[in-house]
Amino acid sequence: MAKVLLEMKNITKTFPGVKALDNVNFQVEEGEIHALVGENGAGKSTLMNVLSGIYPYGTYEGDIIYNGQVCKHNNIKDSEKLGIVIIHQELALVPEMTIGENMYLGNERGHKFAINWNETYAEADRYLKMVGLTESSKVKVNTIGTGKQQLVEIAKALAKHAKLLILDEPTSSLNEEDSRALLDLMLSFKKQGMTMIIITHKLNEVAYVADKITVLRDGTTIETIDNHGPEPVSEERIIKGMVGREMTNRFPKRENVEIGDISLEVKDWTVHHPIYVERKVVDNVSMNVRKGEVVGIYGLMGAGRTELAMSIFGYTYGTDFSGKLFLNGKETKLKHSAADAIKHKIAYVTEDRKGNGLVLPQSIKVNTSLANLRAISKSTVIDGDKEYAVAEEYRSKLKTKTPTVEQLVGNLSGGNQQKVLLAKWMFAGPDILILDEPTRGIDVGAKYEIYCIINDLAAAGKSVILISSELPEVLGMSDRIYIMNEAKIVGEMKASEATQENIMATILGSGKGDEA
Amino acid sequence: MSERAVKSPLLKKGAVAGFFRKYTMILALILVTMVFNFWPGAEGKILLPANVTALIAENAYVFVLSTGMLLCILTGGNIDLSVGSVLCFSAAIGCTMMANGADPWLSTLVMLLIGLAIGIFQGFWIAKIRVPAFIATLAGMYAFRGFTNVVLDGMRVDVTNQAFLDVFGNGKTSYIPDFIRQSIPSLDAVFTKDNTALAKIIGENFIAKFNVTCMTIGIIGAILFVVIKAINIVKQKKLGIQQSIPGQIISTAIIALMTLWIAFKLSCSRGFPMILIWIGLVLGIYAYITNKTTFGRHLYAVGGNEKATALSGVKTRNVYWLAYANMGLLAGLAGVLTAARAKGIDPVYGEGYEMDAIASCFIGGASAYGGTGKISGMIIGAILMGVINKGMYIIGVDANFQKVIKGLVLLLAVMFDVLSNKKKR
Repeated sequence: MAKVLLEMKNITKTFPGVKALDNVNFQVEEGEIHALVGENGAGKSTLMNVLSGIYPYGTYEGDIIYNGQVCKHNNIKDSEKLGIVIIHQELALVPEMTIGENMYLGNERGHKFAINWNETYAEADRYLKMVGLTESSKVKVNTIGTGKQQLVEIAKALAKHAKLLILDEPTSSLNEEDSRALLDLMLSFKKQGMTMIIITHKLNEVAYVADKITVLRDGTTIETIDNHGPEPVSEERIIKGMVGREMTNRFPKRENVEIGDISLEVKDWTVHHPIYVERKVVDNVSMNVRKGEVVGIYGLMGAGRTELAMSIFGYTYGTDFSGKLFLNGKETKLKHSAADAIKHKIAYVTEDRKGNGLVLPQSIKVNTSLANLRAISKSTVIDGDKEYAVAEEYRSKLKTKTPTVEQLVGNLSGGNQQKVLLAKWMFAGPDILILDEPTRGIDVGAKYEIYCIINDLAAAGKSVILISSELPEVLGMSDRIYIMNEAKIVGEMKASEATQENIMATILGSGKGDEA
Repeated sequence: MSERAVKSPLLKKGAVAGFFRKYTMILALILVTMVFNFWPGAEGKILLPANVTALIAENAYVFVLSTGMLLCILTGGNIDLSVGSVLCFSAAIGCTMMANGADPWLSTLVMLLIGLAIGIFQGFWIAKIRVPAFIATLAGMYAFRGFTNVVLDGMRVDVTNQAFLDVFGNGKTSYIPDFIRQSIPSLDAVFTKDNTALAKIIGENFIAKFNVTCMTIGIIGAILFVVIKAINIVKQKKLGIQQSIPGQIISTAIIALMTLWIAFKLSCSRGFPMILIWIGLVLGIYAYITNKTTFGRHLYAVGGNEKATALSGVKTRNVYWLAYANMGLLAGLAGVLTAARAKGIDPVYGEGYEMDAIASCFIGGASAYGGTGKISGMIIGAILMGVINKGMYIIGVDANFQKVIKGLVLLLAVMFDVLSNKKKR
């Protein structure tokens, strides 16, 4: 039995009126990778924030015992001194600074009034090598891809002499290849004796890296599962703990949906990068979608999926477009604006709900009506009652969990934000919906509800284009699947013929994969 | 962050704190007024009818400019530094026209159009060429101050047209005449010192000249406001919209009482000033625009998240453009009001006005990042600044220290806003 490095005993954390954590017990042994799973709002992040001192000693009840000593952190610096380093879900790098500057931000080498840049960059390079990056630390962060940025975050944590590394959703913005590389890096760190806690929604990753899995639900510890059995722990087993019931079917069946005529088709669609204009981000793509059909577009991040979707949506991304667009069989030339695309009954539900989707400081009501204000106003004067009624209608239809539609969207959880975003676009009354990663970063229960919404849309005769980098999701939800790689469509198959293996084989056969 | 945490602001426990947070600035306004009112040696002076009337007249430009400024700030914390210069420039042209015998209404129209044209011009650079608003309007601030000097040749130009002065509020004649007392002469018998009961309420010094029309307008206004609010509360209840009914009743009562009180003070002085009509008109129209129209909604949405708004089919650049064009128009109107009040225009008028407008918006709770802020908040902010100015003048604070105190008030107000938002998290 290895030594217990960290023990969190009976942790209770209350926010005004809410118990976020209720008597949570959590134990991590030295040298293991411990996965912390649970639905959104289960209390994972709160627990880690207690551990790292973001919620200082005294604002919670219970004890943190680290290395045999009771910790009383007042801030993050205190916990970092002990070697507890947290890497947050959202990258916390300054894009315009170099890798080295970022790594030692707040932890500068040399004297307070005379930073030793040689030492900074030399040290930084050393840590970059440890995480497998060959870039010089003098390169600006915004010139490397997100996968590498995540590695820089890890190098930054190492530079703080981390003994216990906490990774909060480290792969949520990475493609499959980069994710795998990151997980392998974690395994190699483990061999060197590092202890790690990983928070993730991707259960296949949990099964792959974790030694132990602790499940949180509604602010309490449900169980800790050992992943050392002869068989890896199945995803169903973990989900059962997370949602408190068996999820026999992760993807609801679509029944008797009649697939009609082609509603949207693009031919020889080519788009260039808005800044590096010689680069093609969408290369000679031809595809179509029919009424009542769900078409999946699978591809790794950077394959050009979002670029394809946004260029169809009123040329809102890219430059130097060519190719033809057909709506209901007729060639249509959209103006270069989202407004015109909406007018032609196309909706694009963005992958970046906080950045491109929602107005966070405004209410659910305001967000729901934003793309179709005309429908609830008369000669530019908004009918407040009508607007409220619409927001209420979608709240109950999509089962958005909120006390009132006057609630600010910024206060909602990810799954509920996604529902508000869907409500907004459903209210815009489109015939063709392009859903870009509609379930990213949301929990299993909410995912299921979103899948049901997609099925309802198809049943109502809408055309749905589902973009996703989660293979099971594409396989489980689509009628037909396009596979995209390096700006091209490299394959098309019926859902009945598609398997994980032949999709991955198609991608590998098409080129050397994505290198961003 | 979690779904359950969302409910916390609605919990009863936080109701008192929530009330204080929501009405901080009203409470601060009352507190500050009381401090000046009971200041040793100046007891009761700030609330003298003449001072209340003066406070409104002196700050007319602040209300008008702040309204436009709020719209700009909503789009994302963008400010317009040029308003003081634009105000002076448009007034300079209008006054010069009048001094040369032009029709006063034509001159007024020209002043408004010049303001609008400048707003459109500056908005073009900000919205279409994407010059940062701060810089584009800083350029405008220098340029139009320069043009003003050219137009005026560095000299003051007087306005003598009485009709213009009456309508836009200057002097003894620019009040709504007390036609109720004029048409019912028997009222004179009621409003005399001999009617001791009434004299006690109104005050012996004021009763003889008490303006019944003004008071009537105030009473009608207050009743209308209460009725509209009541209808709205009932309607919201019917729709099942969650609301804090006690909170709404309290705020409605406060506003109605304040309306009555101001009307009373004005009635004791010279009556209902014309300038208040202009202020009321502007504030009413823009409160409606920001609350009820799609353009208003777009302002908040652009300030909250420009990218998301653009992808929702809103032409966001036009929203900026419109906000700045409108700012120009209101700067023109403020120019008209300033010229009328000062009976002319001087090349230095309007200097620093932009800062008063910006300060009023931020004190009134507008976010420096855009997306939040209301006309009602801005009104409170502007009145608070006005009361502080007037109060300090009355108790005889040195002019230099007046600026120090105004600065501190701005800092305090925004600090409080930031802190209370932090706690909400």
